[in-house]
Amino acid sequence: MTSLDGTARTQTAPAPRVKRERHGVVFFIALAVCAMVLLPVATLAGIAFSGTGEVWPHLASTVLPGATLTTLHLLALVSILTSVTGVACAWLVVGYDFPLRKTLAWALVLPLAVPPYLASYAFAEFFLFAGPVQTAWRSLFGFHTARDYWFPDLRSTGGAALVMSCVLYPYVYLTARVVFIMQGRNIADVARTLGAKPSTVFRRILLPVSRPAIIAGVALVLMETLNDFGASEYLGVRTLTLSVFTTWLNRGSLEGAAQIAMLMLVLVFTLLMAEQWARRRQRFHSARATHMKARPPRLQLTGWKGPAATLAVATPMLLGFGVPIYVFGTYALRRAHQFFDPALARAFVNSLTTALAAAVLAVLIALLLINAARVARSRSVTLATRFAMIGYALPGTIMALGLLFSLARFDNWLDAQMRAWFDVSTGLLLTGSATAIVLACSIRFLALAEGSIRSGLEKLPPNIDEAARSLGRSSLQSAASVTIPLLWPAIFTAGVLVFVDTMKELSATILLRPFGFNTLATFIYESASRGMAQDGAVAALLIIVTATVPIVLLSGALMRDREAMM
Amino acid sequence: MIFGASRSTSTRLAAAALAAGIAYVPFAAAADEVVNIYSYRQPALIQPALDAFTAETGIRTEILFLDKGLEDRIAAEGTNSPADVILTVDIARLTNVKEKGVTQALEDETVNANLPAEYRDPEGHWFGITKRARVLYASKERVGDEPITYAELADPKWKGKICMRSGQHDYNLALFSAAIAHWGEEKTEEWLTGLKNNLARKPDGGDRPQAKAIMAGECDIALGNTYYVGLMQTNEKDPEEKEWANAIKVVFPTFENGGTHVNVSGVALAKNAPNRDNAVKLIQFLSSPAAQQIQAEQSYEYPVQPGLEASPVVQAFGKLNADTLSLAEIAAHRKAASEMVDRVALDDGPSS
Repeated sequence: MTSLDGTARTQTAPAPRVKRERHGVVFFIALAVCAMVLLPVATLAGIAFSGTGEVWPHLASTVLPGATLTTLHLLALVSILTSVTGVACAWLVVGYDFPLRKTLAWALVLPLAVPPYLASYAFAEFFLFAGPVQTAWRSLFGFHTARDYWFPDLRSTGGAALVMSCVLYPYVYLTARVVFIMQGRNIADVARTLGAKPSTVFRRILLPVSRPAIIAGVALVLMETLNDFGASEYLGVRTLTLSVFTTWLNRGSLEGAAQIAMLMLVLVFTLLMAEQWARRRQRFHSARATHMKARPPRLQLTGWKGPAATLAVATPMLLGFGVPIYVFGTYALRRAHQFFDPALARAFVNSLTTALAAAVLAVLIALLLINAARVARSRSVTLATRFAMIGYALPGTIMALGLLFSLARFDNWLDAQMRAWFDVSTGLLLTGSATAIVLACSIRFLALAEGSIRSGLEKLPPNIDEAARSLGRSSLQSAASVTIPLLWPAIFTAGVLVFVDTMKELSATILLRPFGFNTLATFIYESASRGMAQDGAVAALLIIVTATVPIVLLSGALMRDREAMM
Repeated sequence: MIFGASRSTSTRLAAAALAAGIAYVPFAAAADEVVNIYSYRQPALIQPALDAFTAETGIRTEILFLDKGLEDRIAAEGTNSPADVILTVDIARLTNVKEKGVTQALEDETVNANLPAEYRDPEGHWFGITKRARVLYASKERVGDEPITYAELADPKWKGKICMRSGQHDYNLALFSAAIAHWGEEKTEEWLTGLKNNLARKPDGGDRPQAKAIMAGECDIALGNTYYVGLMQTNEKDPEEKEWANAIKVVFPTFENGGTHVNVSGVALAKNAPNRDNAVKLIQFLSSPAAQQIQAEQSYEYPVQPGLEASPVVQAFGKLNADTLSLAEIAAHRKAASEMVDRVALDDGPSS
């Protein structure tokens, strides 16, 4: 469904069916984990079905038609913008040589460190009426008020699409770059020796071959766009997500809100199914590691073309990363003392530990589910694991609410049991501690971990673990000595993606955090909520910088050829 | 009942170890006298009053800020909820916590003596502790000194000159609810459509950015709460906010009865408060003249208690003549107001 690098649908010969009962335990654990992952969505579905539907006449006559159109409009714009940007940058970086190419190749991933809600704030400060761009524009032409001239309005669906695309295009860039390095090579070389122009090679060969990868990247982008609340609220774009919140908070109907959320999931599911159906007849064979030793020759861009390429590639990076750094950097400089604020230091440590724990947990769950699906070779297990990823498209608050209801019920049940048996009160074991946040983030971002590990696995020679097994290793030994080491880069990618998204995560954290527990994101939110977003600038900068570190590591790792396989 | 027979220390230890194993508490709080506050209000705004409470009673305050789903969280936590006190802005939120069943009634002589009856729940489920007025920020340069009524905001003479935050925000919904109470739904909807057509841009941001927009010349008047003006005027950290505040003056708009719309921030006692005694002490303290005065001085709100003065900064805005409409009636129209905002598509901004 949403592998980070969905290129390689390797057709493998079906491995001999292993007897089911030997895997009973793994199978059972996998089902239990699957149930846990599905818990929030299932709880929400329960709430949705308990509702009477009394909110629908109002919604259907006023909000929904507009909100659905706005959402689809936003999704369409974001998918066009991110795929064009991501693919064009990847193609230039892989196929051509121009000034600063090497730096830009990894710097292009940096916007991933910027949460959309911060990006929208930074863009507003930068591009709106009172910001530096329009102020310069006015002084240049002698305008005074907004009525004197026209300037594109950031507070629009187009503006929101621009903001979202500037920070989300790296998902497409990453997947496209990997495919261009791997896939494109052999066939592109063949086409070139037959006299095809580079543009023809790109259009007729590279693009069709990399389509599944691009779609996989775009799918991640679209799910992140759907679950966003902060950016669209800030820019006043009335999406379906926003109507979930107004229905819940301003009209007091949680049931109605859950019903809209379910409608959104149906939309996501339909999109994903349509995508799978569209390429039901396609099979892609991935190149093996051994095919990849030599680097492809890059075409040297000469004259004006070189700087032009540099500019083209640098623009999305400067927008998505440069503008936020500039805006928050300016505010942070005035608050340099905050860097030594113990509350901020605690928030930083909390962010770091939560993100690490969530990354490890998500990777473990993903490995378990993928392994179970492989071993069980059962359609229902595969379907269940795929379905488990859908929570990613839900707004974080709503997903966290589903989790909160079920975890709190568990906590209260356990507490009652413990009191009855041991005379000990365990209180709110999960919901009263940061465990709930770790669980929420690992479940929420499981799709990222699952996607990158699965695509890594699909690129391994299919029978490699069976070879180990035939040499007398147990399944655990073969995993430990063969599969896991080979999968390591994919596991690293998975961990980094979950880590970065958890660092940025706000909405689930704010609902689930215990007393006195601030992460950097909630610290910013507390400042922003009293209209003092500037006070959160230092924390914002810390989020961006902290998330940048693993992204740079990841990007570096993906640049090296061996890792580029993953 | 495998382990159930003996309630030995070792099983307790085992239970505690299990609990510690799955509960990840990075910074555990010490167990002393404490009161746990779940708050819709930004911690920084109430911190001065809470500090004074701790200084007076020795009771520490723990505060959890949550502006979405606070009632749902307390309800889910059930009997084990650590919440003692709920702090919230906006009358509709106060009535909502009562309706959700996460509060308990409090009959306390001190509190009832401190707070006038119209600012507390008749059954004792919530207590208003500060007042704020929803007024107009008007450009000093471009708007004259004549009074402006709420009704006039729909007058075409303001076309393209009004700014505001989202119509779905609590503060605006309460104002529109008050309008429904005064004028009825039909007239209010006409008025809201007129207001929408007078907007300079799509509603966005908080109240402070509206002042900034007036300074920048984007609009001439904006809806905003009183205390933000005080906060901007005295903002030493971001002196540019002083400039925003300097560009505007406060105009007290009125309904036909001569009253300006006011809202409250309030406090409620949580249903399963584990530290009930401390919670009651906090509520008593927040209702006291001393605490009201701190709030008035520090966060530029109006004290609820008659006879107490607002801070000099706030008094300089002019005289507030609060609307006499009952808070309960305002809260009752919230859903209608929220649906109306959707119907006229207020948040889409001016249609032309």
